[in-house]
Formats: sequence, C-alpha cells, structure tokens
Amino acid sequence: MINQLKKLSAVTLALLPLFAAADTQITVKAALEQRSFLQDPLYSGQHNSQLSAFIEPEIYHSWNDDLDSITFKPFYRWDQRDSERSHGDIRELMWLHVGEDWELRTGIGIVYWGQAESQHLVDVINQTDLVEALDGEDKLGQPMVNLTLIRDWGNLDLFVLPGFRERTFPGTEGRFRPEFDINQDDAIYESSAEEHHIDYAVRWTHTLDAWDIGLSYFNGTARDPSFIAKTEDSGISLTPYYGQMEQVGVDLLMAVDDWLYKFEGIYRDVNQQQSYFAAVAGFEYTSVGVFETVWDLGWLLEYQYDNDHNTKPDDRNALMLGTRLALNDVNGTEVLLGYVQDLDDSSSHTGFIEASSRINDNWKWRIDAWFLASDNMLDPSYSVRQDDYIQASLEYYF
Amino acid sequence: MKFYKQLSSIVVGISLLSAPVFAETVAEKGLAIAKERKARDLGWGDSISQAEMILRNAQGQETVRKMRLKSLEVENDGDKALTIFDQPRDVKGTAFLSFSHATTPDDQWMYLPALKRVKRIASRNKSGPFMGSEFAFEDLSSFEVEKYSYKYLRDEVVNGEDTYVIESEPVDKYSGYTKQINWIDKAHYRPLKVEFYDRKGSLLKTLTFSDYKLYLDKYWRADKMSMVNNQTGKSTDFITKELTFKTGLRDKDFNKATLKRAK
Repeated sequence: MINQLKKLSAVTLALLPLFAAADTQITVKAALEQRSFLQDPLYSGQHNSQLSAFIEPEIYHSWNDDLDSITFKPFYRWDQRDSERSHGDIRELMWLHVGEDWELRTGIGIVYWGQAESQHLVDVINQTDLVEALDGEDKLGQPMVNLTLIRDWGNLDLFVLPGFRERTFPGTEGRFRPEFDINQDDAIYESSAEEHHIDYAVRWTHTLDAWDIGLSYFNGTARDPSFIAKTEDSGISLTPYYGQMEQVGVDLLMAVDDWLYKFEGIYRDVNQQQSYFAAVAGFEYTSVGVFETVWDLGWLLEYQYDNDHNTKPDDRNALMLGTRLALNDVNGTEVLLGYVQDLDDSSSHTGFIEASSRINDNWKWRIDAWFLASDNMLDPSYSVRQDDYIQASLEYYF
Repeated sequence: MKFYKQLSSIVVGISLLSAPVFAETVAEKGLAIAKERKARDLGWGDSISQAEMILRNAQGQETVRKMRLKSLEVENDGDKALTIFDQPRDVKGTAFLSFSHATTPDDQWMYLPALKRVKRIASRNKSGPFMGSEFAFEDLSSFEVEKYSYKYLRDEVVNGEDTYVIESEPVDKYSGYTKQINWIDKAHYRPLKVEFYDRKGSLLKTLTFSDYKLYLDKYWRADKMSMVNNQTGKSTDFITKELTFKTGLRDKDFNKATLKRAK
C-alpha cells in the first residue's frame, strides 16, 4: 500500500513542473486496537473482547503557490466482531481555493466548532461516526461548499451542505448498543427530500484580545436521530428518524493567565419536538512546571445543563471533572482522566482514562478506558452500563 | 519596579538635556545596548524558514524534530509566527500560531489536524518546553526591548569577539526565569551566548549562537542555536535551514483561518 502510494507520489512529482510552487504530501495513520470488556455483556450475541484495525492515509497536493490544493483522506476500519463497525468513509476530499480575503472549500470534509471539552454542543456540521468511539468525537465526511470571508471584523463561514450522512450504530455483535436492533438501512426523514435535503449554516468567529467568540446558525436535517419503535415478528426494532431543525449556538473562550474559561450554549428547535436549551460552562487551569519538573498539570471542571424533555422527563445537570498531565518529554507522554457525574441521579456516572506516548518517530502506544454506571432506565447510558472496557492501541504514523 | 523605570526614564531625560555631564548608569548602558540590538534588527519584514531540532538526552541519544516557520515583523509590538510541524509523524500537520507582545501576554493557538480543532493556549504556557525540547516557548519568541529591565555588567572577550555582558530581568511574572545573562558582540550587537537562571536563581540553561549569516546585507541570523540544560545534561540544537526574507507574507497570513489550512 505504502509502496504504491510512494509510486503514485513519484508520478505526481514528475508532473509537478507543470505548476508553479507545487507541493505533495502523503501521510498515513494506522492502528491496531484490542478492547477488553470488564463485565459480561447484557445482550445475546455480544462478546468480551474485540480486535480491530484501521488505516487513514492522506494525500495532499497543492499548486498555484499553495493557493489551490486538494486533500484526499479515505478511511477504513476492520472489526473482528461487529460487521457494522467494519466500515469505510471518505473523511475528506476537498478542493481549497484561497483568494485575497476569502477561502472556498468544495467537496467532502470535517468541520469543528466550539470550545468546551466534555460536550460539543455547537459542533453540528458533521455526523458522528458512533461505531468508532463512545465519546462521539469521530465524524463522517460531509459534502459541502464552504465560503470563508476573512475580514477585520472576524471570519464569516457560509455553508451549503448538500447530502446527509446517517449516524453509524453498532451491530448485533457489538457492545455499546441498545437492547433492540436498529434498522440502520431504513432511516425515516421528515423532509420528503430525505438524505438529499440541502442544509445551510453560518458561523462568525472573532478574536478580541483574550476572547475567542463564535456565533453560529444551522438549518437542516438534525444529526441526532430520534427512534421509532416497531414491533415485528422478529421482535422490537428501532428505526432512526431524522427531523428538520434550526439551531443557534454561542461559544466563548477567555484566556487569562493560567486559566481558560469556556462556554457553549445552544437553542435547538426540532420540528414536532419540544425546543430546548443546552449549555456547558467551565474552565481549564494549567500549572506549568509542577513538582519541580517540566510537567504541566491541568484541571478541568465543566458544568452541563439541558432542558431537553424529548428523551427524558427532567432537566439534566451534570458535572465533569478532569485532570490532564503532560510530561513534556521527548515522547510527548500525556494522561487525561475524566469523570462525569449526573447531579440529579447519583447512580449515573462515567469515568474515562486516555494515555499515550511515542515509542519512536513512527510508532505510538495508547490506552483508553471507559467506566459506565447507571441504574436509571431512562438514562441513555443505561443500556451500556455493562460495557466498561480497556483498549490498548499500537499506532503507526508515516 | 514601575517607579524605577519612570525614574530611569527621567534620568535619561535629564542626561539628554544636559549632555554628558552625568556618567551613564549600568541600567542606562544596558538599556542602550538592548535598544541598539533591536534597532539593528528592524525592518526585516517577514521570513520563511525550515528548521530542525536535535534533542539529546544526558546519554547522548538523539531525536529529531522538523518544522517550518513563517514570521512577520510587527511594528511596535512582538512578531507574529506560524509554525507547522512535520516530524515526529504523529504531530505532522499540527500548527502553532502566536502573536507575541512586548508588554502583555502572548496570544497563542494550536491547530490539531486530527480533530480539525483550533485550541487556544493559556498565556502562561510560555515557560513550558517547546516540543519536548530544552527550548521554552519564550526562548523562541521575538526579542522586544520592553520585555526586560537591563543592567550592564562588564566587557568580555568570547571566542575572540569583544562583547558586552548584560543582565536582563524579565518583566513578565510568568517567565520561567529570574534573570538572563547575555553576551552581545560589540561589532554587530548579536547575542553570542545567553545564560538562563531559574526561579531559585540557579543556572538552568546555556544557549550559544553559532554559524551567523548575513541576510539582505543587514540582518544577522544564527543558523545554529544550542541550548544545554546545565541541571539535567540534556541539550537541543535548533538548526535553521533555507531562511528567506521578504517573501511577501502579510498580516492576513497569520490568523485562525490560515492556521486551519497550514500544511
């Protein structure tokens, strides 16, 4: 694979004299991951361990003095147990053109909005690739045309989003799933255009001294589905339903000395559902050079709130506590511990550990662990309460 | 401190009015040398370079970091800089944007390509190590006269070159140092050597500049900066390659949008 890519790049390089100041960069990320679950599965068909691997090459080519570029980043994961988790995606296939005070992106890509760590409320452009990881931070490539205007009064992003990506869900043999099957191939849409509905979004961001400010608006197909239960001969199944929604979002960050103060708030109105407000607010405090070393020790505290009564009867209040240790060594060793407690339900809490370090220039190890607890059937994490796991990964970078 | 500064500027004022009646104090002489050092480096505009850092542990084992740097001179303030990392491969594409300031904390952002996320970095971070090296972020930010208060110590000959030896004390309370001793050559006002003293006042690191080259007939840049940690025995060589000035970079090339598309 890598040799083929090298040959491809050699061919591309041979064509380069056609363009002024052209550049081609090829990178590859791949990993082998072993998950071990600490408790017996809740549902039949699930397993106690899971071996998986993925590869994500990236080919970047620029020309016209870097004012034009194309990035291609396919992704494929193989999973030993869960056929739904064995999947591929085009994370990015993007043509970028840079103008005098504007940028135009046309193609498939991933866009990140927001400032908070424990929840990503305003981040709404991409669908979550949920089979990848429980934290929902992996995203599917979204078709888009994105015009960025770079002005003295800030950056304005205008998005037209043709085409919708359906959320991925674990299959019968996977962990982190509800009791009933999800009809992943039969999603229902509010819009008669279904997955071809064209969505729009606008975002303004600006930096004013210590402040980073973002305001955003989205109008289109909700990325978060609700579910319609169907009773069939084979039993109950859940069909994802994607409504139309509008969302207004605000994200703020203020940097003062050792402190980063963060806020994200959204108002979301999904058709045929109750509209709601959600916010996450908190801080990150970093001590540089603790214990007479070069280590950085960070403390994170974030409060989460929403009054979304579509999936539960009450408001939600939760607190995230976290600590991040960066050794600042040659291997870039880092450890992050986090704990989220539901303030209205003492039985519902989640803990996680992420640790990683380089082995050499190309290899890295990583440990991830999740600990989930819930006694409340209405809690979304109730169906995954037995799915605590530790994952060891060996990552390759080229 | 502020009072002292005001006092010294009054003294400078008086001495200017009444010509060379008063002898120059060590603070005035130190400040004058710092100002001359800055004055000789004004007007370079912008630059693009490639750099390698060679990190060595106490046993001499080496690790290499590779990066590309874009810099923009900002009048009456600190420079703007965009650093794109190429090696180690797991941080390839990570980019660092900094607006350094003479008297207020620097503004810094990091772009994480895996998440497509721009993260603000707390302004105190300046004393932390840069990429696991012996250089702190503040060691690599631009030299501004207002960042320190000065004291001329003595003249000394270093490697056959006449130098002024100057003590500079950081104004910013978040600096990792209590003082620096600078050896500035008399011929061109270039730093040849710097000693950094930690918060306890002990010698922490020694930086030596070598392989100076002249650019645009005016600006001296050291191709090699060697930082030795006197307390741990670790060292880092910062080696500049292919440095080009006046490339046409402008203010608009240094913002969060350009950070996101840095490759």
